[in-house]
Amino acid sequence: MDIPSLTIDAVREGLLARRFSAADLAAEALRFAEAENPRTAAYLHFSPERALATARRVDQRIAGGEEPGPLAGVPMAVKDVIVTQGVRTTCGSKLLAEYIPPYDATAVERLEEAGAVLIGKTNCDEFAMGSSNENSAFGPVRNPLAPDRVPGGSSGGSAAAVAQGTAVFALGSDTGGSIRQPASFCGVVGVTPTYGRVSRYGLTAFASSLDHIGPFARSVKDAATVLRVMAGRDLRDSTSAEAPVPDYSALLDGKVKGLKLGLPREYLKELTSETGALIHAAVDVYRSLGCEVREISLPATEYAIACYYIIATAEASSNLARYDGVRYTFRSKQGETLSDMYRNTRGEGFGAECKRRIMLGTYVLSAGYYDAYYLKAQKVRALIARDFARAFQEVDAIVAPVSPFPAFRLGEKVDDPIAMYLSDIYTITGSLAGIPCMSVPCGITAGGLPVGMQLLTGHFAETTMFRLADAFERTRI
Amino acid sequence: MKITETEVRYVAGLANLELSDAEVVKLQADLSGILEHMDKLKEIDTEGVEPMAQVLFDAGETATLRADIVEPPLGNQPALANAPQPGAGYFKVPRVIER
Repeated sequence: MDIPSLTIDAVREGLLARRFSAADLAAEALRFAEAENPRTAAYLHFSPERALATARRVDQRIAGGEEPGPLAGVPMAVKDVIVTQGVRTTCGSKLLAEYIPPYDATAVERLEEAGAVLIGKTNCDEFAMGSSNENSAFGPVRNPLAPDRVPGGSSGGSAAAVAQGTAVFALGSDTGGSIRQPASFCGVVGVTPTYGRVSRYGLTAFASSLDHIGPFARSVKDAATVLRVMAGRDLRDSTSAEAPVPDYSALLDGKVKGLKLGLPREYLKELTSETGALIHAAVDVYRSLGCEVREISLPATEYAIACYYIIATAEASSNLARYDGVRYTFRSKQGETLSDMYRNTRGEGFGAECKRRIMLGTYVLSAGYYDAYYLKAQKVRALIARDFARAFQEVDAIVAPVSPFPAFRLGEKVDDPIAMYLSDIYTITGSLAGIPCMSVPCGITAGGLPVGMQLLTGHFAETTMFRLADAFERTRI
Repeated sequence: MKITETEVRYVAGLANLELSDAEVVKLQADLSGILEHMDKLKEIDTEGVEPMAQVLFDAGETATLRADIVEPPLGNQPALANAPQPGAGYFKVPRVIER
């Protein structure tokens, strides 16, 4: 069994033809993932008992002649900010090093019900805060394609696991680019659906108005299948959307003739690098497929970084207030009084990036600054969303870069938080608007590093996004 | 916008975050740089723009409300299972002194 080349279809076919059992596949996938993990540290821990239990359930369904589910037996990895009942969930933080959640995230519950097999939990930046995976309390992840480089962040472990082939798909979370950027750096597909498309129940909150769960996969079709399974209304998340969920992967026919694509002037004018050349080449592919390409303008783009880092840190500062040493495993041994215990627990438990963001968020929300920063940022956010709404009256989708550069070296940017924040420019705008966006591999640099192209569509127009991504992917194979 | 050392310590107090002196120095520099970048927002005119607190879609007013039916709660034992110091069905904490 060649684990790294598996697809959802291949697993299904193998199971139904009785070439292997789900239990055999789970055992083999676990063995492979554990053997490969020292190369990248993509996983923080494995979940063999749970994997085998799900696999046996799938085998029983097949033996009983039942439909085993659209993801039957498919090995999956889940970012360690998404809770799994009975399986340690650390959020990449020392504070939660021993935390065993008492419930499952809705997304995980739905995927397992569809037959997916949880191999393990993946490494990430602490509480999903970072763009390189170097902020994990348990050490960085290495890019499987270039071990001296970062896999991107914050869902670096999930991207690396899929690129390395130890899982057929993985779940990540995206607040400002944390799925798309690592997907781009690792050469896999990464999808941030419409805000509210997938329930956030069980996703550890970072910035609630911006947080998304989304899939990584090695093909557009597999990512589309996974999204369909986990999408849809969930009563446990009041922000989850009612909108019907189409059968995305059944709608992928390679035909994109006549679709109108927008190229944002503000994104491409400064992008003269190899990344820019690869995006332009991808746009030419769309032209050759019969798409109409026109330049569009998203004028509020230059304010997006400031806007995002105010809103995201403000929300983070209140979401992270719950880690106070009372309920969640870690408590400082220093401090005689309750308030000393709070302060010491948080001072010892949080890493440098979380502290920076808690401080920034607390500052922008503090008396005298709320209007100038937080309220102002919310107004700018409305203007950014308005830019996109206007653009989608003119075009069906937007093509953009994901990151200004490919995977950088470990340690290269750790001392410059502002440079790290600025590199999120192309992913942050879509996050603020809450629209679906994804990264699709579109080429390799001369140095051998993958580059992703970003596709963005209007709210709930994932089908168009997937159709475009799939049509492009077909030209590459 | 520069932030002073006193402000850094004040904000750390609001956030219940114990910081070392070295961390205070580093955060003062980092936050000053970041806030300087954020001052860019002063350039853009937002007169008459409604603040966007949440991504909103067309939906009925009660679309986000579930039926008012009591469902089984998590339960005392699972809720306490991760507590650093549980006792007699409660979370135990050090003595409380008004700040």
